[in-house]
This record gives sequence, structure tokens and C-alpha cells, in this order.
Amino acid sequence: MKIYVPLDAAAKALGADEVAAAVLAEAARRGVDVTLVRNGSRGMVWLEPLVEVETDLGRVGFGPCEAADVAGLFGDLVAHPKALGPVESIPFFARQTRLTFARVGLIDPLSLDDYAANGGLTGLRRALAMTSGQIVTEVTVSGLRGRGGAGFPTGIKWKTVAEAQSTQKYIVCNADEGDSGTFADRMLMEGDPFTLIEGMIIAGIGVGATRGYVYLRSEYPDAIAVMTEAVRRARAFGLLGASVLKSGQAFDMEIRTGAGAYVCGEETSLLNSLEGKRGIVRAKPPLPALEGFLGKPTVVNNVISLATIPVIFEKGAAHYKDFGLGRSRGTIPLQIAGNVQFGGLFETGFGLTLFEIVNDIAGGTATGRPVKAVQVGGPLGAYFPPTMFSTPFGYEEFDGAGGLIGHAGIVLFDDATDMLGMARFAMEFCAIESCGKCTPCRIGAVRGVETIDRIARGDAAAIPLLADLCETMKDGSLCALGGFTPFPVMSALTHFPDDFSRLKEAAE
Amino acid sequence: MKDFIIPSKDYGFSDRDMGTPASKSLQMVTVTIDSFNVTVPAGTSVMRASAEAGIQVPRLCAIDSIEAFGSCRLCVVEIEGRRGTPASCTTPVTEGMVVHTQSAKVKKLRKGVMELYISDHPLDCLTCSANGDCELQDMAGAVGLRDVRYEAVQTHFETRQNGEANPLFVPADDSNPYFTFDPAKCIVCSRCVRACEEVQGTFALTIEGRGFDSRVRAGLKSDTFLTSDCVSCGACVAACPTATLQEKSVIAIGTPERSVITTCAYCGVGCSFKAELNGDELVRMVPYKHGKANRGHSCVKGRFAYGYSAHSDRIVKPMIRDAISDPWKEVSWDEAISFAATRMRGIQAQYGQQAIGGITSSRCTNEETYLVQKMIRSVFGNNNTDTCARVCHSPTGFGLRTAFGTSAGTQDFDSVEHSDVIIVMGANPTDGHPVFASRMKKRLREGAKLIVIDPRRIDLVRTPHVEASYHLPLLPGTNVAVLTSIAHVIVTEGLMDQEFIRQRCDWDEFSDYAAFVSEPRHSPEATAFLTGVKADDLRGAARLFAKGGNGAIYYGLGVTEHSQGSTTVMAIANLAMMTGNLGRPGVGVNPLRGQNNVQGACDMGSFPHELPGYRHVSDDATRAVFEKLWGTVIDKEPGLRIPNMLDAAVEGTFRGIYIQGEDILQSDPDTKHVSAGLAAMDCVIVQDLFLNETANYAHVFLPGSTFLEKDGTFTNAERRINRVRRVMAPRNGYADWEVTQLLANAMGANWTYTHPAQVMDEVAATTPSFAGVSYELLEEKGSVQWPCNEKAPEGTPIMHIDGFARGKGKFIVTEYIPTEERSGPRFPLLLTTGRILSQYNVGAQTRRTENVVFHAEDVLEIHPHDAEVRGVKDGDWIKLASRSGDTTLRATITDRVAPGVIYTTFHHPETQANVITTDYSDWATNCPEYKVTAVQVSKTNGPSEWQQDYAALTARSRRIVTAAE
Repeated sequence: MKIYVPLDAAAKALGADEVAAAVLAEAARRGVDVTLVRNGSRGMVWLEPLVEVETDLGRVGFGPCEAADVAGLFGDLVAHPKALGPVESIPFFARQTRLTFARVGLIDPLSLDDYAANGGLTGLRRALAMTSGQIVTEVTVSGLRGRGGAGFPTGIKWKTVAEAQSTQKYIVCNADEGDSGTFADRMLMEGDPFTLIEGMIIAGIGVGATRGYVYLRSEYPDAIAVMTEAVRRARAFGLLGASVLKSGQAFDMEIRTGAGAYVCGEETSLLNSLEGKRGIVRAKPPLPALEGFLGKPTVVNNVISLATIPVIFEKGAAHYKDFGLGRSRGTIPLQIAGNVQFGGLFETGFGLTLFEIVNDIAGGTATGRPVKAVQVGGPLGAYFPPTMFSTPFGYEEFDGAGGLIGHAGIVLFDDATDMLGMARFAMEFCAIESCGKCTPCRIGAVRGVETIDRIARGDAAAIPLLADLCETMKDGSLCALGGFTPFPVMSALTHFPDDFSRLKEAAE
Repeated sequence: MKDFIIPSKDYGFSDRDMGTPASKSLQMVTVTIDSFNVTVPAGTSVMRASAEAGIQVPRLCAIDSIEAFGSCRLCVVEIEGRRGTPASCTTPVTEGMVVHTQSAKVKKLRKGVMELYISDHPLDCLTCSANGDCELQDMAGAVGLRDVRYEAVQTHFETRQNGEANPLFVPADDSNPYFTFDPAKCIVCSRCVRACEEVQGTFALTIEGRGFDSRVRAGLKSDTFLTSDCVSCGACVAACPTATLQEKSVIAIGTPERSVITTCAYCGVGCSFKAELNGDELVRMVPYKHGKANRGHSCVKGRFAYGYSAHSDRIVKPMIRDAISDPWKEVSWDEAISFAATRMRGIQAQYGQQAIGGITSSRCTNEETYLVQKMIRSVFGNNNTDTCARVCHSPTGFGLRTAFGTSAGTQDFDSVEHSDVIIVMGANPTDGHPVFASRMKKRLREGAKLIVIDPRRIDLVRTPHVEASYHLPLLPGTNVAVLTSIAHVIVTEGLMDQEFIRQRCDWDEFSDYAAFVSEPRHSPEATAFLTGVKADDLRGAARLFAKGGNGAIYYGLGVTEHSQGSTTVMAIANLAMMTGNLGRPGVGVNPLRGQNNVQGACDMGSFPHELPGYRHVSDDATRAVFEKLWGTVIDKEPGLRIPNMLDAAVEGTFRGIYIQGEDILQSDPDTKHVSAGLAAMDCVIVQDLFLNETANYAHVFLPGSTFLEKDGTFTNAERRINRVRRVMAPRNGYADWEVTQLLANAMGANWTYTHPAQVMDEVAATTPSFAGVSYELLEEKGSVQWPCNEKAPEGTPIMHIDGFARGKGKFIVTEYIPTEERSGPRFPLLLTTGRILSQYNVGAQTRRTENVVFHAEDVLEIHPHDAEVRGVKDGDWIKLASRSGDTTLRATITDRVAPGVIYTTFHHPETQANVITTDYSDWATNCPEYKVTAVQVSKTNGPSEWQQDYAALTARSRRIVTAAE
């Protein structure tokens, strides 16, 4: 009997470890031979811990499970009160297009055999037979863009590094996933770490880099543990080292842990931190692609960007490029959170409208109240009112609507939400997380909180000041932290003006 | 305040800050900025290109001495075809770029940023110490900020808010004697932090915290500026745009209104400074960005330690006394000069023409030195002239002249920017030559490799972001053995540059040398037991230097002040020639000279055997040149060296001496011998700022003038002739050259110099290597490096480019002969001496400044092993005894020195380290062997008998009876 209980941190937070222990205890009690696999999460967080049992019908799911539900797994499965049927038939899962996350939840994350049996290493073997130029071209043709949020074409970045002349180049994976409401990086690293490793190796071979680093936030202890062990196993297997899969090409990597600064998710701060310096933003130019880690040409890519590389090489750039909308090609792992009925990770081709995502996939709010706003792209993303829900999910489309897709975090708020409070939170977040280098962010965020407090006290004169401040921060900040904080603030002010004038009206 | 600057004629040395450093690219790019076309080197920032076009883009975090940072966001511009508003400081120009620096968008943005700045800044401009000299003020004006609309709750400058103490307020840090740090005025531009890192290379400052909590901090939270790693170089103060880091003198006096460019009078780096004044009151000394030695940097001495010139100890009235047991009597200049002249002529009448002499000063100007030797040769009528170079770099002059044909370093300081491997031998640049050390450290941080050959673990061995590839901690006195061993490795492993040697040197002499060094007794394995240097390290260092690219050797008194000092200099020359490291940027043999004008003093003919320009007195043609001009006969026999003068004095044949600006009692070896010599004379004339130690034995005291009070030139370690300009009138009434002229004329000369420029003209007229030098040229070029003549009308930054001055480079066999000063059962430890950053030489100046805060007394460094067996603990009073004498001082226990080696400085007369040193000296030049003395250390209760006697003598001999008013 084979039972899957996720080791994913979200599942563990909801009791997966207790469920796993109960499975082993129950099996021992009954004298049943059970193979317990700690898989990654299928991404349906409202069903976690989501236990899967392998049956003749495939893997059937039960969730959300508690230890008390475990005994039933050894009886009539159909009659189990938490029975969900075949996992991959659950509508939330069935309507996804899983490319990057194809193996997440499916396999034992640390089993290289499982990995290889499910398409793993196919892309790398193909890449090893290609020239550097061919590898870079393949990525360019796939249309893959930086999934960290900036959406810069990955192939062009790689081309810059590949063409730079240097004795040493580096691949740096940005796994400092700090946006509230996002968890795709974590789920991938915990559920399928070899995908990221394979992607980094292909990147290294493509651009001529022999060393890689994963800069992983300290708040992800499970991901750190899984990635560290995966790197160890990959090295033992010959995937990493002086001769990758006996190709004669070298690539090795290590996992580095951050120290809790949100701004170190910004690539130049990340590089400073990785070098052991204060995590402050560097001015660009020079681009990290030319002068990055230790001043050498460096590819800095997000986890999802790099983890998507293997499938592009496995199935071909054309296959990947076929998905998507406009200039946003391929798939995007939406992370749906907040006040939501069906929260979790949903990988799909670009192009769904926000309406479809919010209503059809997420099922509206958990409280059952009407949706007031959706914040897309993390704490620096704009608030979208329902009147703008027709916006299709794509880089240019969201930019055109005054927002950004960022790392594709989608947070729902119901109509009880005070949007002035949300605007204030954005400024407060910026004030707390600012690296302090540039003036608009360092002083502006603090003044932003104070100015919103004035508005809250009924001082209408402060509203144009807030708008001016946002313009200064947006155009003047050195990086996206100060530069994007005006998105949530101004979208709240623009779309929900009533929330900024209630007190004034009351005063009058 | 920038209206009136001397030199007043504009030779293109603009003070304007260009915002970002110059690009060194040779490729040119043309861009359009606000409709002006400007062509600049590729890699130039938009900000600098704008400045070249005459457009100053507003900015607060950018200055041209440090790399662009991009934090203030004031310098934003719009560039056609580009999104957004890039910072002009961090954006390099590209061909055809069209930039708009004053679009509506950037103007609004700048005003918005400025409004944020001012929302967290006190509005006390009128009473602020930077009023009128504040870039924040300037920028608020430049962007047209008229209103601050924020109602700031959180600020860093309000001491109290709502009746409560403001937790964000941090009071000013007054701990440094020269400047204050007031965080309330700080705009967190990081210029200070970056200057500390990039310019000084100390990394004492950082930004602590993040966001609004970002604060400049010196060291740890528990530190003040004084207790931090800060070396008080002043780079942060110069970089600060506001009153946050401000000179205390400016706080006390106000902002200066005029400035005079002059040259520092401390070490041989020869930094250029702007003396900034109100009237004739000096407000501050600021490093001059166009100074070619220092490139806008400074150290604690030149920048801040000038207070001695107004110290109450300074003597400004002439004094005489019949006997040294008498108290001093203040007299008029006429009386003092007449007294001195009469005595000197009287001695000559009784004991002969050779019975008097003089000592020129490496602290005085070229012109003053020239006049002193001229007075001795043409008025005294003998060649009894010598100078303090005798006790420091005389082996350099001899050694390099023998090998290459010139008695000076081969490079300019800029050369270090091109070095790949640097040997530092017997020098401690971060303390002794700090401004050059900063330039060297910058190159080392860029990746150049470092080899340190020194008994002591000097700071350079391991300092932030710099670590020596090899430290060869040799035993004092084994320099020659180590260098010969390095040559052994290079020759036996075939690492030499044969092509260079064949083209540029005498091959036969090289072959002899190669055969000599190849002998197995010179192998690192064979010499290790006597040098204490590990053979593997020595081999590694030799290979690195020979094959590591441009190799430069920098050395100091640890090389010269040995019985084999001249041999060591020759071995260094051999090493440079053998590896082809001469005649281009990045290489060379570079003595780090100690005194501000020791190079000049040597150039000006201070030595008894050499006329100006290193020409022997026995050379008839040379003598004829001077005899014709001076109208007197010059003795063709060399005169007495300092030690010979003292010997002769003890014998009774030498009885009068004129000592300008040198304290031989404190600085020369074997103090007891010096005092015996001086005490035996009938007329000791001391010309100095203070009643120095030598003046205890003087009959005439002629007050000297400081470098701030006279015109002239100093020549630094790179042969650079820098102008010294009179900043204020001499407090003593006369510049030193005038005093010399008074004495010469009282002794029968008829000199009529009215300005030092006339003296320089005389030098140029008589001395080929100075033929092209004139004050006009110095005004125009700022400075020149000799040789400066028809062949090199603008001077010679790098020597021996196409061939050596002497023709073929000369290899000299360097047999190691151990010094006779050896450790033994009675004196088992070897003492070596050095200096510290904050004090200068015998400390006459720096001890009379606030620098005593940093180093109040000389201490003895002793290894824990040696301390333990003697029961010595940190801070204990200990007695230091040698065959010559003993003294006492406090011990500090450290592993910077190896077991068996101890170390101290010689800055304080109370310690008198030279009571200990012996009279051994360099075989060729008599340069004393300061760097090796066999000693014993034991615990004691207090000052030695000698120290007590000396203190009593000093008190007695400094009694002054003031003239009746």
C-alpha cells in the first residue's frame, strides 16, 4: 500500500506531520505494509493535508485530513468522509496546465529515480548535446520571461552573459520569495528540487558559468533542507561537479541562506548580500549580467524561471511557446490567497481574465461577502476593483491597466476592507523593508504613512501631497521597492476614493 | 569663499567637482546635453559629461573622488529614447545620446526629493557651522524648493517631541579632537562611508540599520569616532556635504574666505593642501585635489596637526647665552646675529677655518637648504655641511647612484596604479606614508599582490580587504641575506628577464652576480636559519615577484638604517633590474623618504662631498661654476659628516655649529655621544621653532618659521618639486632663508636675495637636473619632477625609460656581512624602531598638537613569550638596556613582533630611544644602524637615572630671562 502525505510547509502547518505519523502508526497497528511517500503539495491548500492513496483507479485524494481520518484510509476508501476521488480529477487541478509544476506533488521530491522517470533530466541531456548559442536561442524562442516579476526576456539576459568575456561567470537563483501571498518558489523547491537544479545546470552550460548559488530566504527552513539534500544527492549522482553527467562540462552549486530582508529579493541587493555585504541596492548600470556576483557576469533568475527551463528543453521551445497570450508566453503559476474560498497554486497559460481567476477558480471570498478588491503581484502590486476584472492575465495587459503581475500572487479582499488602511500598510511595509539607500524610499515611505494618517484624520489637503509623494517615489526610487509602493497606494486612492474621504465627510 | 585663491592666475586647476571620477578610456564619445555637444571619453557619466559642458546637474551623493552611488536621486535626467528618469551619475554616455537635464518632469522630481530631505533636516541654517558651505543648502536653492508640505512626525533632528525625548535623536560625537559628527544634520548620502572605503581604505565607517533607521556609524555601537578604527584622515569630513562631519576649527572660527595652495611639511609624500583662511587666521587645511602626490587625499598630520605653529612653546624672539649653564636671554635679532657671527669667526680665528660647520634641514625648503650649504661653503669657507639624510636615506642616494646613476626613486606615485606585484620592505606605509599607503591599498584592493618583508607584522600584512600574499618576517639585520636568497631563486629557476638585462645592463656584471647568488649557501633553505624566513615562503615570494607582471619595490628606513644599508639598496636595484622592472609605469625602485624635503636637502648639496646636483666637490668644473657665481673659493676636499663633527668636537678641533631645523640630540644615534660633542663646542647655534633637545646645548637660539610663513619649494620622494606658499607672516619676524642670509652677511657675505624664487633661479643656473625649474613653471604646472631641463622641459615622472642615467645598469655583488651588533646572553633581544601614524619623527610638532590623544607616549612592543619569561605584563613599566645605555617605557604585549624581536617608536624625548641605539653605521655612508640593537628588558619602577638627569638638565637649560620691555 502506498500513501502520499505532503512534506510541503503549508501542509505541515496544517498538520501533515501528525497525519504522516498516524499513517505509520496505523499501518504498524494493523500490520499492513505501507510505503509512505512525503510528496510535494498539489497546490490545493484548502484541502491540505491532502493525503493520496495509490489505487487501481490511480491516486485518490482525501482532505483536509486529520490524524483521526487516517484509520479510515485502511478501510473502504469510497466511503471515507474526506474522499475527494482521483486527485487529478479535482476541477481546480484538472483545469490547470502543469508544465513547471508537472512533478510537484506527483513524485518523491528527493528521489532522482522518480525525477528521471517523470521526464527529469531529459531536457538537460538534450541541452548537453547543444552549443551555448543553441541553448540560449532555445530559451529565447520559448518566449520565457523573468517570473520574479520584472518579466525581462530570459533568453536575452542569458545572451548578454553568454557573450560577456570573463574568466568566471555565475548563475544565481533568486529564491528570496518575500512577497506576501506568494509561495510558488517554495512549493517548487520543496516539491521538485531537482527541476531547479537541472534548470541551473542548463543555464550554466548555456552561458559558460561553472558555479551557481541559490539565495534562499531563512523563513523557508523546509525548502532549505530539501534543496540542500537535493544538491548533495545531485553531486553524489554526478549531476553536479567537474563533469555534469560525464559531459566534461563543469557545474556545481550551493545553497545560501538570506537573513530576513525583503529587499534582498531585489537582484542587486541579493548580490550584495550574497557577497557578504549590506543588502543595499546597486545602481544599474552596470547590469548584473555584466558585473554581477563578485563583479563577474551573472545570470540572476527567479526560481520559477530556472525551474521552467527543463520542461522547455524536454518538450521543445515551440511547445512551451504555444501557451499564453500576446507577448506573455507559456504558463504562469498563479498563487491565490487572502480572503478566498479555494486558495492555492494554479498553473495555467497566460490569458485568463481576472474575473475567471477570482470567481471560477478561486470561488470568491471565504467569508462569502462580495469581493472588493484584488491585489495582484505582491505587496507592491495594484489593487484591482471588480470593474477591472476583465483584464487578461499578461505582462502588457496588466501594465496597461496600471498594475503589474509581479510574481503572480493574487490576494482577495472582501467589501469589509478599509482601503485607506491598505494604502497605509503599503507605505508602512516600504518603510520597514526599505534598504535606506535612496531618498524617495528611505524618507518617502515614512512620510507616506504620516500623510495617509493626516488624510485619515480628515485633512483633504494631504491627498494631493500623497499623490506628489507617490510620483516622487515611483519615478525617483532606485529599485522597485520604493518605485512600486505607489501602485497599491495610488490604486487604492484612485479606485476607492470614498475610503479616503469618509472621515472628512463625517467631520463636516 | 572661492573668489580669492593663490595662485590667482588660472592654469586650469579648477576646484569644481565633476561629480564622478574621470574615465580613462581613449575612445571618445559625443553626446548632446541640453542642446550643447560635448565629447568625452567612453565610460564617462552623463553627470560628468554635463559638467564638461558647463552644466552642473543637481546632486548630493556624487563627488568626483569616489565612484557613483546613485542614492540621492537629485541628479535624474531624461534621455531621449529611454524610459524613466535615470540618475546621471550612474548612467554612462553613449554615442549620440541626447540628454535633457531641466525637463519639467525632472525638475518636479528633484523638488519632490528635496522636499523629503528637508522634512528631516533642522532649519537652523543661519547658526549652522556649514552655513555658506553646505551642499544641501545649495541644492535646495538650485531646485527651487519653496515649501515643505509634510507635517513630519518622525525626525532625526528634534531632541524632544511632544514633551518626550525623541528616540531617533542621536547627540553629536565630539570625541575626535579635530572634527565633530552630528547625526542630526546627516542626510545619509554615504559619501563619508564611501570616502573611508575607497579613498582612505580603512573601512572604519558604515551605515547601520536600514530604511529610515539608516545611520552613519564609526565602528560598533559601543564605539565613538575616537575608539573606532578611524585614522582621522579627514576624507569623510571633506566628503560630507553638510555640517554633519565638520572641522572643529570651522565651528569655532567660521567658514574661510580665502585659500592658498601649499605643500605639507610632514612626511616625504608631499601632499598639496589648500590652506583656508580668514584674514591671516588659518581656519583649516584641506587636501588639494590637483596635488599630484596626494590626488586630493590627506592624513591626520597634514590635515589637522598644524596647531604647533601657534603653540605656546614656540619661541619667536632670538636668545643668546654665554654658557649653556646660564639661562637664556632674549635679545634683538641684530644682537643675536652679531653674537653668533662674532663667536663663529672667533673660533675660526683661533682654531682654523675647518673648526666650524653646519647642518642643513630636511624640514626646510630647497632654497633654505641651498643657502645654508652655500653659506658653509662660501662664507665659512669649508665643506663641513651635512644633513639628517645622513641618518635616514644616505644609503639610498649612494646605492641608487651606483646602480642607476641617480640618487632618487625611479617613479611617480601614480605609478602604483599600474603595479601588479608590490614589495614593501622595511617600511610601514600606513603609518609613515599614509596618503601613499591609501593609494597603494586601493591598487591592492583592485587585485595587485603584496609581499611584505619586515620583522614586524605591519598593518598592510592584513588590513580590511588587503592581505599580503607573503609576509617574510626576517630577523633585524638580515636584509641582504633575504634579498640575495630571492635573487638565488630567480636566477636558479631561470625567472629573470634576460632580454631586459642584455639590453639595459652590463651582461658580464650580471653574470658575476648570477654566479654569486647561485651558490648553494644563498639558497632559501640555507639562509632560513639566519634570517628566520621560511624557505617555501621566500621561494613563493620570489616567483611571484619575478613573474607576476609589473613589479614595484617600495622601501623605507628598515632597509637603509643598517650597517649594510647601502648593500641592501643595491640588492634591491639588482632585483628590479634582473626582473626587468624599471623604466615604465607600475614598476621601479621607490624609496619612501621620511622628511618632507629630505630628497630636496640631498639634491641641494647638503652633503660634505657633494655640491648641488650630486656633483663631487673634487670636480673642478663643477666647483668653477659655483666659484664664478659666488665669487669665493670652494674647498676641494670633502668636509666632515655629522658623526665626524661630533668626534672632532670631543677631540677639541671642531667648536662651532649652525644647526637649522634639526634636533640631532634626539634623532641621531648614541645620544650620549651627541651630547658630549655638543657640550664640547663653544658656539652651538640652533634655529628652530622650539627649544628642542639640541638647544639644551646651544648658545644662540634663532627662532624659525613654519612652512605656513614662507615661500619656497619642497621636493618629495618622487622627485616632485612642490611650491610652499606663504600663508601668513612669520611670527618670529623672518623666514628661515632670511635668517641664514642675516648670519651670512654678518659674517662678511653680501647677499641680496629678496625672494626664494631668486634662489631657485640660482639653483637652475648651476645645476643641470634643475635647469628648467622656475617659479613661473611651478605656477603653470603645479609641480614638476626633476630632472627638468632641455631634455625634459616638463620634468620626468618616470626615470630610466630608454636607458639608465649612468648608461648600463650596474649589478653589484651583495655579500651578506652580519652586523657586529648581535644578541647574546646579556642582551638577548633585538630592538628595532619605527613610527606611528599620529606622531611625526621626534614629535616636536605633533606632540604640540591634539595628536597626543592618539599616542601619548612611546611604548615597547614585546612578544608574549618574551614577556612571560621576564614576568612582564601589559602596561608594565620596563627598563630597556643596551650596551650604550638604558631608558624606561611601558610595555604592550603583542604578536606583531616575533619572539626575540622588540619594537618601539621614538616620538617622545622622555623615552629617548636613541640612548639605546649604538654607533654602528652603514659601511658606505655612516647611516646609523637604528634598526638593530641588542637589548635586554626587565621590569622597573620608573624612569632611569639618565632620564631623571636629563629631565633636570632640560628644565635648567630652558630657563629664559625675558628682555626688559
